[in-house]
Amino acid sequence: MEQAFFLILAAFAVGAALSVVVQRSPIYSAFSLIGVLVSLAALYIMLKAEFLGAIQIIVYAGAIMVLFVFVIMLLNIRKEENALDKHRYLWLLAIPFAATLIVEILYTVLKVTDIPELKDRPIIGDSQSIGYGLYTGYLMPFELTSILILLAIVGAVILARREKED
Amino acid sequence: MDIYNLIEWVVKIGIVFLIFMHALAYIVLLERRLLGFIQMRLGPNRVGPYGLLQPLADGIKFFFKEEIIPRDADRVLYMLAPIVALVPALTTISVIPFGDTVNLFGREIELSITRTNISLLVVLALTSMGVYGIVLAGWASNNKYSLMGGLRSSAQMISYELSLSLSIVGVIIFSGSLDLAEIAKEQMNTWWGIIPKWNILTQPIGFLLFLISVIAETNRVPFDLPEAETELVAGFHTEYSSMKFAIFFIAEYANMVTASAMATLLFLGGWHGPFVKDFPLLGPVYFTMKIVFFLVLYIWLRGTLPRFRYDQLMKFGWKFMIPVALANVVLVAALALFLY
Repeated sequence: MEQAFFLILAAFAVGAALSVVVQRSPIYSAFSLIGVLVSLAALYIMLKAEFLGAIQIIVYAGAIMVLFVFVIMLLNIRKEENALDKHRYLWLLAIPFAATLIVEILYTVLKVTDIPELKDRPIIGDSQSIGYGLYTGYLMPFELTSILILLAIVGAVILARREKED
Repeated sequence: MDIYNLIEWVVKIGIVFLIFMHALAYIVLLERRLLGFIQMRLGPNRVGPYGLLQPLADGIKFFFKEEIIPRDADRVLYMLAPIVALVPALTTISVIPFGDTVNLFGREIELSITRTNISLLVVLALTSMGVYGIVLAGWASNNKYSLMGGLRSSAQMISYELSLSLSIVGVIIFSGSLDLAEIAKEQMNTWWGIIPKWNILTQPIGFLLFLISVIAETNRVPFDLPEAETELVAGFHTEYSSMKFAIFFIAEYANMVTASAMATLLFLGGWHGPFVKDFPLLGPVYFTMKIVFFLVLYIWLRGTLPRFRYDQLMKFGWKFMIPVALANVVLVAALALFLY
């Protein structure tokens, strides 16, 4: 049962991810990406990380992707111009990068053999343990990340601010 | 999982779904009649006694209307849009608890379709997906008014989702749970035996912020800019006819019911009321009454308030709602720290 659901969701995620790259129309790509994010959220939930799954949908699929779609609609881009045609060498560059990535993934998959059973750590994904982790062991990186985000917001505001006329 | 659990689930889903769908039809009738009364007219009262068969007539009409798909529409996305709008709107009802456990036919039955410890987040996640239906409809119709409607809707959603989530944080801090049923149970007791311990009394600012944001999230007056008929014909659903239009309509009203249910659970004590402890079956009755209260409020607002202008909407969202919501979070957190 669980295996079947995993396979369905995984197949959907991979298919949608392919569709993100292959689609010519940006809006189709964006909605494929939403499909990827939602199926990943479902996979998180299957791994007993319900909190993470819900947050994944709220933050990525529900907020960030709305911005993506908003920009595509605002600029009204119906078809993507083939930007890669002008830079053919990028195609050549893609091959070693893809090869490296595949080797890395294969290495991890083949090397890591003793995967801890989910049953042994049943509460790893709930809101309490995540909150506890964020405010104890990972307090420093957590706070530093929030400062980073704050800086990014300030930067965006400064960039977007209109110059005074005088 | 034994067979009885399965039967219980199927029966619960069936009953809730049936009641929900019929309620949606009758909310439309309620809205049309109440708006009529507000505007000094009668509203639809011809079909059946007091117009009670009007939803049926509307349904038949929708089915037999001609289905028109614009020639230059993006057919795939055009077909997909109503589905994307409807599915999250109807799915949210599955995690909303409408009562305590009751004893029926010798079984302990929980009065909610399913229960998770993050049901609040599930509702937020699903409602945040609902916007894509509107956005897709606006995009796929290949119509400038639809596109404007979809554009406005996405901007509005991003703006008001922030204050919506922040207004709930106060409730979460006080109840210490993301489970809607737990949050409702926290509000079960009373002060001095009469005044209920509802969150609306402890967090009036949070409640007002929630109410305003949720009206904006459901695209209702005075935040109905995605379908502002004075400027955008009908907004995102301009090119939709027949059942596809009806599906958008159903989704909107389903979202209204979900929003009212959330307001009830988070701030008005959910299904709690007098004598519920002795007769748990009263729970759903109180719950429904509170939801109807919010729905009537929605309709009343629609009959009373004019629509925001777009820049006012954005200014109000970013420069008023979010700062107040942030201040409220700080205030509630400080209070929780000192009181407990």
